[in-house]
Amino acid sequence: MAGILAERRQRLLALKKLRGGAATESRRTAATTCPSCGRDLPEEELDANQRVCPYCGHHFPLPARERLHIILDEGSFKELDPNLVSRDPLDFPGYPEKLKGLNAKTHLGDAVVTGLGKIGGVRVAVAALDTGFLMASMGAVVGEKLARLIERAGKSHLPLIIFSASGGARMQEGIVSLMQMAKTSAAIQRFSDKGGLYISVLTHPTTGGVTASFASLGDIMLAEPGALIGFAGPRVIEQTIGEKLPEGFQSAEFQLEHGFLDAVVPRARMRSMLIRVLALHGKGGVNRDRTHDR
Amino acid sequence: MTEPTTDKLANTEALAERVTAAAGMTATDGAPAEVARPAADAAPTDVLTAAQRVALARQPGRPGVAEFIKALFGDFFEQRGDRSQTDDPSIMGGIARFHGRPVTVIGNRKGATIEERIACNFGMASPEGYRKAQRIMRAAEKFGRPIITFVDTSGAYPGLEAEEHGQGEAIARSIELMSSLTVPVVSVITGEGGSGGALALAVGNRVLMLENAVYSVLSPEGFASILWKDASRADEACEVMKLTADDLLELGVIDGIIPEPAGGAHENSQALFQVVDTAISRELAELEKMSRPALLEDRYRKFRAMGATAVRRGRV
Repeated sequence: MAGILAERRQRLLALKKLRGGAATESRRTAATTCPSCGRDLPEEELDANQRVCPYCGHHFPLPARERLHIILDEGSFKELDPNLVSRDPLDFPGYPEKLKGLNAKTHLGDAVVTGLGKIGGVRVAVAALDTGFLMASMGAVVGEKLARLIERAGKSHLPLIIFSASGGARMQEGIVSLMQMAKTSAAIQRFSDKGGLYISVLTHPTTGGVTASFASLGDIMLAEPGALIGFAGPRVIEQTIGEKLPEGFQSAEFQLEHGFLDAVVPRARMRSMLIRVLALHGKGGVNRDRTHDR
Repeated sequence: MTEPTTDKLANTEALAERVTAAAGMTATDGAPAEVARPAADAAPTDVLTAAQRVALARQPGRPGVAEFIKALFGDFFEQRGDRSQTDDPSIMGGIARFHGRPVTVIGNRKGATIEERIACNFGMASPEGYRKAQRIMRAAEKFGRPIITFVDTSGAYPGLEAEEHGQGEAIARSIELMSSLTVPVVSVITGEGGSGGALALAVGNRVLMLENAVYSVLSPEGFASILWKDASRADEACEVMKLTADDLLELGVIDGIIPEPAGGAHENSQALFQVVDTAISRELAELEKMSRPALLEDRYRKFRAMGATAVRRGRV
């Protein structure tokens, strides 16, 4: 137990170092009000608790790189394709400028970070979407980076873990965005057919085209407490049916109850849960007997 | 994706060639001339705005899956139900003969009469509808039948029960299943190709579109409402969304355009059926020459390439 606590303290210290950059400076100056219990939380306290409210357990969004930092073994992460950016396939008015601004602000090429790392000593291919980048909507870059990662996981016989979050399709990339659903799902299908293990972790919010593609295709389906998970957004459903939705509709707990998740896992226990699930799938989490080609 | 070209004229000519090829209108195959081009007195359809095409794609008299099955296929055996809960009539599918050989045919059904339209929920399928499509496609895979899909939906139903029953999961599994098929799959977007609800039936080796059909990430109304918080700017959205058949051919999202009779598909269904028949026959004939692993690989490559040229290395 003491070992685990010491390990966690080490991680938090490292995380603080990571946060030293200019990009997060403004965030450090203020306190944040918890949308769930209404308490004002000093940023330092929130950071020290993996951005989970220490009073009510509300899970705040976690930037992709910080997510990977608290999940992966210290120093094990090697990012893939960090500089991939969109070409603006529809020549959408104002879109390139918007992307440039976000690149500078978030230090992300687009809304997903992909790479290779280790969890509890097990090598994994891993991705995390980042809601700080256009609500983690899926355009060509998100689709392409994920497809490359999934193919890499297949080639190297690595288990795959994707932390999803998304407002849905990237409107500014229109139909190209829709096609990323087919591309990522096809890549998952091929990876899965060869015996690859895919753990899908849904975080707040996972909706639209991401829910209707790779995020729903995990062998193991996990989610963070309170995460909104659905296909249509709550506002669209309310407009369609003409009434208010019941409390807790489309929450992770709701999805667990309706049979779409294996477990709801608090952030503090996610790493140990992943280590356990990986171990249950054997060495490396890959069934090597099924690596045949059809 | 198509090769980017700066020569607009060459591009247009290439487009015209592919449109003609998709409809099978070469001199040698005997397609009737009146089917091949609109009547002289009709307004040339290339002057239609994207918003006008959206209106045509939604035209109530436009033929749908039921009409295409009746006109193009013989001995239709309808497969009903998802084998779990219910039968969603907004997805219609079954086994039929296409020029003699058994095929599987599936499509979104909007319904012709008002009673049918209500029963079909105006073509917006439930998760059970997609699961029904999945089990019909699995049977096609088992018995080696080619699959032809007719896509026409404004989108999957965004309702309370649909969410409870896993609309997102049902669509994801349909896309995944279509990606795994080793039989030929030809998809035809006949009216509205709306969002994931359309894509769930459109992961084909070949994807064709009727001339006035539209295919988009979201309805123009939804698009305007999300991006500009104003659904009344839908017409404006139509123009920037690149949802017409011409746009999608240029973007490499579809493989061919099937021309419509003057005034739109609803004006002369008989003429339309002939051209659609020819187009599907042509695509199937090519696909049926391929081995099952080759068909799987062909479809994977096709969708793997979507958007691959829409990314570049940049400075972050």
